[in-house]
Amino acid sequence: MDIHEYQAKELLAGFGVAIPRGGVAYSPEQAVYRASEIGGSRWAVKAQIHSGARGKAGGIKLCNNEDEVRGAAKALLGKRLVTHQTGPEGRVVHRLYVEAAVPIEREIYLGLVLDRKSERIMVVASAQGGMEIEEIARNSPDTIVREVVEPAVGMTAFQAREIAFGLGLTPAQVSRAVTTLLGAYRAFRDLDATMVEINPLVVTADGQLLALDCKMTFDDNAMFRRPNVSELRDYAEEDPREAQAAEHGLNYVALDGNIGCIINGAGLAMATMDMIKHAGGSPANFLDVGGGASPDRVAAAFRLVLSDSNIKAMLVNIFAGINRCDWVAQGVVQATRETDLQIPLVVRLAGTNVEEGRRILKESGLPIITADTLSEAAERVVAALKTSRGDGQP
Amino acid sequence: MSILIDETSKVLVQGFTGDKATFHAREMIAYGTNIVGGVTPGKGGATHLDRPVFNTVKEAVRETGATTSIIFVPAAFCADSIMEAADAGIRFIVTITDGIPAQDMMMVKRYLFRFPKDRRSTLVGPNCAGVISPGKAMLGIMPGHIYMRGKVGLVTRSGTLGYEAASQMKDLGIGITTSVGIGGDPINGSSFLDHLKLFEQDPETEAVFIIGEIGGPQEAEAALFAKENMTKPVIGYVAGLTAPKGRRMGHAGAIISAFGDTAAEKAEMMRSAGLTVAPSAAELGSTVKAALANHRPRTTVAR
Repeated sequence: MDIHEYQAKELLAGFGVAIPRGGVAYSPEQAVYRASEIGGSRWAVKAQIHSGARGKAGGIKLCNNEDEVRGAAKALLGKRLVTHQTGPEGRVVHRLYVEAAVPIEREIYLGLVLDRKSERIMVVASAQGGMEIEEIARNSPDTIVREVVEPAVGMTAFQAREIAFGLGLTPAQVSRAVTTLLGAYRAFRDLDATMVEINPLVVTADGQLLALDCKMTFDDNAMFRRPNVSELRDYAEEDPREAQAAEHGLNYVALDGNIGCIINGAGLAMATMDMIKHAGGSPANFLDVGGGASPDRVAAAFRLVLSDSNIKAMLVNIFAGINRCDWVAQGVVQATRETDLQIPLVVRLAGTNVEEGRRILKESGLPIITADTLSEAAERVVAALKTSRGDGQP
Repeated sequence: MSILIDETSKVLVQGFTGDKATFHAREMIAYGTNIVGGVTPGKGGATHLDRPVFNTVKEAVRETGATTSIIFVPAAFCADSIMEAADAGIRFIVTITDGIPAQDMMMVKRYLFRFPKDRRSTLVGPNCAGVISPGKAMLGIMPGHIYMRGKVGLVTRSGTLGYEAASQMKDLGIGITTSVGIGGDPINGSSFLDHLKLFEQDPETEAVFIIGEIGGPQEAEAALFAKENMTKPVIGYVAGLTAPKGRRMGHAGAIISAFGDTAAEKAEMMRSAGLTVAPSAAELGSTVKAALANHRPRTTVAR
């Protein structure tokens, strides 16, 4: 789960990380009020969407007076911002963060990640902040400092000092950096994050260390015990179909192809998508119906997949373990009738009670194309798509 | 032989009296697994599926001599159950539960390493289909009938893709010594590499098939290990060529977020380490068959 920059800053500030003064705004008037509340004579008005690289996309505007703040807020609210992280459809800006602009001396990169190699929390830092970490790793890998944290002890002060000195900070700045690092680590651990990124962490002209941009990602599996984090979820940032899928206990990821997929198991789902591509087609989605797919769940999956208007054909691939093929077949028949399916449907069943499942499909009288193997399934759905196009269907 | 389990393994079921555990314990018993009892805190003294229920794993080990356990405990309490099993001296633990917080697994791994090597537990899972030594014992939620006993070791992240592989192999007359599901989480109890080591030492296993997916460094580590340390042929497959970057594909660990995380990169690493890589999921069985046929003459010459 992702949260907005301003939310991440509020959380990190609670763990002792210093941030510039700022406040959230939902209207131009509120933005102006926030600026006067913050004081000073220079502000940044920042679009709050779940994406980095907002500056390059025109989502961050520096303002020198209240009129400029109002103007920036008017321009940004409701605007669709496109960054390389949002995809071509971009994200609409509904919230702004108004922040005191600070005079910057240097920019540092600071990231904490759940490192899958060491299976521990790892700190990654670089004196070359302000760029994305991939870019730093490509252009100046020598500037990257890494420390792995021992989980039973937590981050130690000496580790934080090693990182800070490794970044070339002055002794006075080092003690501030230690506070920032230990705070970011505690936030990571105590809030079940999977990523905390402060980029840039800036050294100001008067020697302060401030978190200028922050990003936090959380472990979905741990949100049951972090109600104060899960309430920060912004549904406007999510694909509505993915949110709907989650309600039915389905795992759904929208893609840009035209063959809808319903499969049990994440690995088999990915492999089936790959097979479709292999056969010359393009998958419209990833969908794992999970174990114990009841007829109702299969029907919910059908409705969900069909709500994507690009769909021109459907493939159901079930390898029944805990599932039973006859059960899945009933679900498919029920869903096909309920949704009055007008596009080609290919169903491949394997595993427990497969004969019974195939019989149910056959006896339904529905124009369901069946397949026995994975390759047959992929080839038939791609072929069916071509035929239906030939028939002049949209 | 087989690795990790056989018909003599004495097995406990943790979370024994829950619905899922009951359903699968019945299936496992029917398959021939030697389930000697179970643990559900607060239900000690009861009998379930004709087997005793205990309050603690320690008590269950003392009374039954169990050395193996399978865990169905809900995600929020599961890390604790794994550590309880390790502390009680259970040497082989399979965790089926999906949804354990990653930081809980971090602590579990740390905890397992506090024991000296000669009494350290091997953990398989979480978020996996379990382990099966066909014809001997099943410790998981898989349909046992699709696995044929034979000479290939199988290690997979995904449950159903593992079923697909086992069934394609069976159709071609290729059997399995043991199939291990290591699970789809970012932090697994044991890795591809851990099981490659075991299969290399198992006299009955002639080749090993590893089936990975996007995300994490494990497939690459295993490929490198195979290149440097394995005498047996290793076949590989990686799912997720069409998966977009930065999106979680069902499994908590199936996400492309770093260099080397994509299916194409992993398959390439496998190939460059000398593994035979299945070109598609429809050719899992046939690729293993070809690799076995190619390997036989070479082994004879080498030895």
